[in-house]
Amino acid sequence: MSTDDQVLEEFTSKEYEHGWSVNFEADEAPMGLNEDIVKFISHKKNEPEWLLNWRLKSFRHWSQLEEPKWSNVHYPKIDYQVLKYYSAPKKGGKIKSLDELDPEMIKTFERLGISLNEQKRLSGIAVDAVIDSVSVATTFKETLSELGIIFCSFSDAVLEHPELIKKYLGSVVPAADNYYAALNSAVFSDGSFCYIPKGVRCPMELSTYFRINAANTGQFERTLIVAEDDSYVSYLEGCTAPMRDENQLHAAVVEIYAAKNAEVKYSTVQNWYPGNKEGVGGIYNFVTKRGICAGDHAKISWTQVETGSAVTWKYPSCILKGDYSVGEFYSVAVTNNYQQADTGTKMIHLGKHTKSRIVSKGISAGKSQNSYRGHVNISKRATHSRNFSQCDSLLMGNQCGAHTFPYIDVENSSSQIEHEATTSKIGEDQIFYCKQRGLDEESSIALIVNGFAKEVMNNLPMEFAVEAQKLLALTLEGSVG
Amino acid sequence: MISIKNLHANIEGKEILKGINLEIKAGEVHAIMGPNGSGKSTLASVLAGRDGYEIMKGSIVFENKNLLDLEAEERAREGIFLAFQYPVEIPGVSTTNFLKTAINQIRQHRGKKSLDAVAFLKLMKSKMKLVEIDQALLSRSLNEGFSGGEKKRNEIFQMAMLEPKLAILDETDSGLDIDALRIVSHGVNSLKSKDNAIILITHYQRLLDYILPDFVHVLFDGKIVKTGDKSLAMELEKKGYDWIKAEHGSLETI
Ligand SMILES: Nc1ncnc2c1ncn2[C@@H]1O[C@H](COP(=O)(O)OP(=O)(O)OP(=O)(O)O)[C@@H](O)[C@H]1O
Ligand SMILES: [Mg+2]
Repeated sequence: MSTDDQVLEEFTSKEYEHGWSVNFEADEAPMGLNEDIVKFISHKKNEPEWLLNWRLKSFRHWSQLEEPKWSNVHYPKIDYQVLKYYSAPKKGGKIKSLDELDPEMIKTFERLGISLNEQKRLSGIAVDAVIDSVSVATTFKETLSELGIIFCSFSDAVLEHPELIKKYLGSVVPAADNYYAALNSAVFSDGSFCYIPKGVRCPMELSTYFRINAANTGQFERTLIVAEDDSYVSYLEGCTAPMRDENQLHAAVVEIYAAKNAEVKYSTVQNWYPGNKEGVGGIYNFVTKRGICAGDHAKISWTQVETGSAVTWKYPSCILKGDYSVGEFYSVAVTNNYQQADTGTKMIHLGKHTKSRIVSKGISAGKSQNSYRGHVNISKRATHSRNFSQCDSLLMGNQCGAHTFPYIDVENSSSQIEHEATTSKIGEDQIFYCKQRGLDEESSIALIVNGFAKEVMNNLPMEFAVEAQKLLALTLEGSVG
Repeated sequence: MISIKNLHANIEGKEILKGINLEIKAGEVHAIMGPNGSGKSTLASVLAGRDGYEIMKGSIVFENKNLLDLEAEERAREGIFLAFQYPVEIPGVSTTNFLKTAINQIRQHRGKKSLDAVAFLKLMKSKMKLVEIDQALLSRSLNEGFSGGEKKRNEIFQMAMLEPKLAILDETDSGLDIDALRIVSHGVNSLKSKDNAIILITHYQRLLDYILPDFVHVLFDGKIVKTGDKSLAMELEKKGYDWIKAEHGSLETI
């Protein structure tokens, strides 16, 4: 092993920062999955009959499905009967004001760098904090409601805005869409709901922070964002989990509906526990995210920085139905040690003059596998449409893998597609150049990696960009060659 | 300032430096000339601490420190600067950002506070003037798509920003047009002081018209075989290296 490889290895072996857990007294469902569990969850949440039926239908459908095998990730078969599907901290749940919140809970989020205290927050970010299966706090609710913006936990939305939930739930990601979406539809516990009325620009970033705390518990959250005509919202999602030896399942669904002229920016910094250096433990992250540009000139932009999870399976997508609508996907996926990521996007062009842009940056280190999987489909009707895709891979060391699977279907002749792909290695010469100017190994790698990911990082809101940059460096600490 | 004694260095088992002796005092400029492949860049890399070189024999003492004990970044922080013969591209990182990181790491090492944005900008402005470099270039990705001459000028700009004690300029003159050569030389001359020293690696006597060396060394087959003043460079320019080869022909060449 050359000194370089050693350094790389040291650099890639940094410990996970958020690996602690807290003992909340929890209200849990018994282990296993069947119709009674689905009823249990629905009952816990006082849900209306129609939603219970929707869940049951999803469950029955899921029971008929096989786990998908087409992605480039490998993991032992998941036994869905040894998981718990609901866990709520006893002192969480229904609270009228943040003062009632369990101080332990506030501390938990403060340790994660998230303040639930509105006064303490530097800039305007409203937070919905979710521990295990339930939302425990939502900040700035009143400020937002003056503008007609609804930002609350999904459970509250079911009870307080049933007509909106009924209208949009499953409208972008149908319950039967895929294996994990069906599972989520059956057992989803909580998540965030966000509604921006016509003509309103949301004045602050909305953000949901997910934390898996309990052991042996799956997390199945559901996020729904509806942006009416001429509205705008920027939404952030962050997540962490304790270090545990067993794998934990996270199967979320995010749906975005953008009406005419609406713009939704959705940013994720995914930092679930990735497992240890030997590949033991970590989160299985199977997520379905999709947005529809339903109206003309609508725009949906996904930005993701994926650093965590043992296995990631995730393709935030856009259905460009409205004419002149725009879909964007900016992604940085970092894998280290034994992590596996299969991520990318689908851009489905249905409207005329629709545009999509894909920028994917994969960084692989250690013995990890990192795949980009993209599908650009320009339908017959979507004349004069355009797609630009750029997929770059950066390798650190020579035991990791980077793979690209771009699928392209263009069904008319007036549309244009551009695809660029590169693969590079962090060079010994680049590191030496940095060191010669006084940078140590870690800073050199951090600088080079952040430079590589810059185009994506630039799309993140400021507060998140700084955090994401640190996270990139941290994930890769100990890795070059 | 630096004292190199009987330095032998191998790369991949092959001996490249075969006993270098060189003494450089503060305030001096040393030119190193020599045919392609004679080991000039290798010497520069060894001084800067690049990985992959095996030091077989000899010592390097820099300001009372054993240089061979220090990592590349530690040497840089101690004041050794290498202007690369082939500067490396770092996509997505601007020169500005790069230098900010570098300067602050060096300052931290020296127990000084980080430069704030205003002070950094002020420093940049003054050094930009010195080497007549454009802000636009400094905002672009480091060396990416730079012309040969732009890369070299950028190296000297970095040198100006970092104010090293010992600067090693590896063929900085190659690729510079006539005006750029004058500007860059002017920059180097104004950075020169009684407290620092410069090693100029070059193939052309022309550079030495601008930056006057105190000594000219000829490196041949891994050894310094001749040392003189500027007139030695003139002689080499006129006669080439054949006569040196004849005097010091290694076994292989005979
Ligand atoms: N990684 C390597 N493996 C084997 N040989 C090497 C390696 N790096 C350099 N060399 C050899 O070492 C010798 C000296 O190279 P060096 O770059 O120091 O020459 P130089 O004097 O700077 O030449 P130039 O004037 O062309 O820049 C050359 O023969 C070169 O091929
Ligand atoms: Mg050379």
